[in-house]
Amino acid sequence: MTVSAKPTVTPRRSMRNKRSPLASAGLHAALIAAAAVAVFPPLWLLVTSFKPKNDAFSTGLVTHFTFANYSHVLADTEFLTWFRNSVIIVGATTVLGVFIAATTGYAVSRFRFPGMRPLMWLLLITQMFPVAVLIVPLYNLLASLNLLNQPAGLVITYLTIAVPFCAWMMKGFFDTIPVEIDEAGRVDGLNPFGTFWRLVLPLARPGLAVTGFYTFVTAWAEVAYASAFMTGEENLTLAGGLQTFVNQYTNDWGSMTAAAVIIAVPAALVFAFAQRHLVSGLTAGTTKG
Amino acid sequence: MTFAVRVRRAFGTHWYAWTMVAPVVLVIGVIIGYPLVRGVFLSLTDANEANVERHIGVNHLPATYKFTGLDNYQAVLSDSVFWDRLGWTVLWTVGCVSLTFLTGLALANMLNRTLRGRTFYRLALILPWAVPAFISIFTWRMLYNEKNGILNKLLAGGGIDAVPWLNDPTWAKLSVIACNVWLGVPFMLVALLGGLQSIPGELYEAAEMDGANAWQRFRNITVPGLRAVSSTVILLSAIWTFNMFPVIFLLTRGGPGDATEILVTYAYRLSFIDSPRDFSASAAWGVLILVLLSLVAVVYRRALRKQGEVW
Repeated sequence: MTVSAKPTVTPRRSMRNKRSPLASAGLHAALIAAAAVAVFPPLWLLVTSFKPKNDAFSTGLVTHFTFANYSHVLADTEFLTWFRNSVIIVGATTVLGVFIAATTGYAVSRFRFPGMRPLMWLLLITQMFPVAVLIVPLYNLLASLNLLNQPAGLVITYLTIAVPFCAWMMKGFFDTIPVEIDEAGRVDGLNPFGTFWRLVLPLARPGLAVTGFYTFVTAWAEVAYASAFMTGEENLTLAGGLQTFVNQYTNDWGSMTAAAVIIAVPAALVFAFAQRHLVSGLTAGTTKG
Repeated sequence: MTFAVRVRRAFGTHWYAWTMVAPVVLVIGVIIGYPLVRGVFLSLTDANEANVERHIGVNHLPATYKFTGLDNYQAVLSDSVFWDRLGWTVLWTVGCVSLTFLTGLALANMLNRTLRGRTFYRLALILPWAVPAFISIFTWRMLYNEKNGILNKLLAGGGIDAVPWLNDPTWAKLSVIACNVWLGVPFMLVALLGGLQSIPGELYEAAEMDGANAWQRFRNITVPGLRAVSSTVILLSAIWTFNMFPVIFLLTRGGPGDATEILVTYAYRLSFIDSPRDFSASAAWGVLILVLLSLVAVVYRRALRKQGEVW
């Protein structure tokens, strides 16, 4: 089912004639150009963050290497507060989201129960909902529950973004675990929850990791809800906070670049772990109902 | 068997499955179901900032908006703003998805060969995916900066006048599309590369022995082999792009004027930026977006089914 991502490809071109040197050069030139376009913006961000504030837009590489932007961001702005807010919100979302997605994925993968088909559809369709339909009613709902400017409000909102997709991915992972394991657990007297918790979940650990990474990355980078529901400097998350460096009135590009680098690094590391499995989970989940 | 007995028996067999899915149903029901119903309801009223239920100090003001039927929809649909925004949103979606898909397909085909430095190219090409989108968007905003951005400095080095990347309606449209394509290519690339690797190599060898040239092999083996994965990623990518809030909101705020405002950002603007906040019109826009997307998804699925796809 996840054949598409298996790297076990036999070298299929072995029988083919060798490429001509010209074709080879063209291939490399095209790939180098594409790679340069892909890498340049993040690289430039990194370079700029080490330049003194007034040189932020100089075209050269770093001439006066400095950590001033970083120390300014960490010491003189609310950055650490935003970072803490984001960590709390994203952490809670990830833990809750993975757990909920796992139980749902397991139920959908193993049991045939009334309401299963509508549920699968529901999970697929919710990915389609535009922020715009939900955001106002959700804002009012959170306001009436006193959850505006509260981490909990954003956490439950993010769950609705991440969980449907994650549940599909977890279903894909559970589908690859042999049903015999469940049956063995049943024979040994475990109830369905015991089987799930003690036998199947440990085996699905790679799947859990990937779902966790996905939830983390999604929540870490969310903008619309965070901008609408969180106001006041001390309540912002990173996505909202970064907007305060560069808006209509102030353009503090130096701080912006340093903050951006600090935000991007953990996400990029997490991503590096997850990316290979992401797409196999995705295509498995969506092409095989 | 009476109904009650049947229900009890069904509950006896399925209670654990239902318990396991209950959290998701609950979360989706409360956070999506309720707001959705409420959104549809709001779109049928004249609710705005001044007449919804609210607290001012200790005073509690009850809601005074009233039911107005389909007035909002009539107003929105007879207003040229909606059609203008819809036209641009469609252009934006089609432009972004086709460019992203074609670029991804070309790069995936290049990477799916034995060549030196393959791992390096692969890593470099998916890097844009690893950086959180809002960081990349801010970086692009820096690159696009009209006076000082590196793009215009490089052009100036070549003796070309500064380009108003984000300040001219036409250029701004091209710029947001370019940024979104840059953001979207890695996903396409990885998905299509996975699809390419699942095509058995023997097919290509057999075709080659039969004398098929490179184009014929691409046309008759690669394209059909990629159909399943392509149809999925194109639909997903179209939905994501149609609703791509952050790129527009963070890069141009919909400007200059409302040149780059897509439906989603415009609906957001109506309820969170413009004053007075117009909740009902915003909700009507939202419902129309949802209806449009559902229609597209249904038509797309039907078209695929006609071609014999299982999806």
